[in-house]
Amino acid sequence: MKSLSDRVLARLQADMQMPDLSGTRYNLLRYVACGGMGSVWLAEDTVLKRRVALKVLDFAGPADDLGVRLLREARILASLEHPGIVPVHDAGTLPDGRAFCCMKYVEGQTLTQHIATLNLPDRLRLLERIAEPLDFAHARGFIHRDLKPDNVMIGAFGEVLVMDWGLAKVGVTSLEAGETEIARAVQPTQNSLHVTGQGSVLGTRGYISPEQARGAIEVDHRTDIFSLGAILTFMLTGSAPGELPAASGTMPRPLRAISEKAMAADPNARYQSARGMTADITHYLNGEPVSAYLENLLERSGRVFARHRTAVVLVGVYLIMRVLFILFVRR
Amino acid sequence: MNKVLLGVLLGAILGAIDGTTAWFTPEARAEIAGIVIGSTIKGIIAGILIGVFARKVHSLALGIVFGLGVGLLLAFIVAQMQHGYYFQIMLPGGMVGLIVGYATQRYGRGPKLQQT
Repeated sequence: MKSLSDRVLARLQADMQMPDLSGTRYNLLRYVACGGMGSVWLAEDTVLKRRVALKVLDFAGPADDLGVRLLREARILASLEHPGIVPVHDAGTLPDGRAFCCMKYVEGQTLTQHIATLNLPDRLRLLERIAEPLDFAHARGFIHRDLKPDNVMIGAFGEVLVMDWGLAKVGVTSLEAGETEIARAVQPTQNSLHVTGQGSVLGTRGYISPEQARGAIEVDHRTDIFSLGAILTFMLTGSAPGELPAASGTMPRPLRAISEKAMAADPNARYQSARGMTADITHYLNGEPVSAYLENLLERSGRVFARHRTAVVLVGVYLIMRVLFILFVRR
Repeated sequence: MNKVLLGVLLGAILGAIDGTTAWFTPEARAEIAGIVIGSTIKGIIAGILIGVFARKVHSLALGIVFGLGVGLLLAFIVAQMQHGYYFQIMLPGGMVGLIVGYATQRYGRGPKLQQT
């Protein structure tokens, strides 16, 4: 008997995963990517004539926990209306019984792909923009819990979107009663520990906070602050914390201090909000002292000089000119 | 700080320093008080003009050019009155204008926008 090649098998698998969109307003265009819960497809909304991303579960099941989970993610996204959070258009069940969620199709790159082209100030400004939707979500009682460079998309026009809120924790006041957190394991993706529930672990290695890694149930928004600090480390060194310890030596000291404060083991020692962390980043960009780092006199002088370089040079030239004039007159 | 106020303060301080250095010129030492006062007033006038310009025009390059121009012009008028010392008066005068022009654009705060 002849065996099937990997390519044929992959094709068959893709065909099997292909969602049945018959009778819906969507036309399937192409496969985009797969995730822990299902696959993402590019489709056309035939009513509004626009391209959308369809997140479809791999398996059907009306009472399936993953279906509830996808619906929950859709509800979270629907309640978080922010330019930095990918908007959801629709959610429901396809004719083949699989749950789906229709979202804005974002054309662009993930942070991992995008970062190499940026200089340091641009990277830091990007981090500030990642923190904005996060701060917005925290203010409304949501915690992302899986913040990592692959979950940040940079659009073709520079828009920054925080994606994949599938593991988000919902504040009890944010959804109606009965929408309690789902406690079940989901398919793990590569390098991921995607599991939720009591005493279990979720998140991604390198970006997950210690309390989240321990499986603590009472994690709060500061777990995202830890992940934001890990993203800062990634943006500055090109690798996740713990992957390449030697690379941290190349980070400017104030930025390293910001990253370390955000990634403190004790949540109380971290920044208490994403805004607090970005305030320090903004101070660094403006040549001002950051709260996380106590600089010495030499560093302070260097920073002040760097910040007011032109003014210092102009006044210096003026004073030198004055001294030269005095010397000239005396001769 | 307000752009005009910053211009006036900086112009006055640099103008006063400018005038004080005349003390090192023996023939001008007898008139040092008048020179310092005149130079300070010149600095204040330059500061007002440059500060007002900075409020109207938000451009570092234009601010520097305007400051230099005002500094040189006022210094030229003073040099004309002195019948000489063009280089000794105009170079520092231009430099003061340039510094005030830069500082008002870079550090001065514009007027608050009124809500309608």
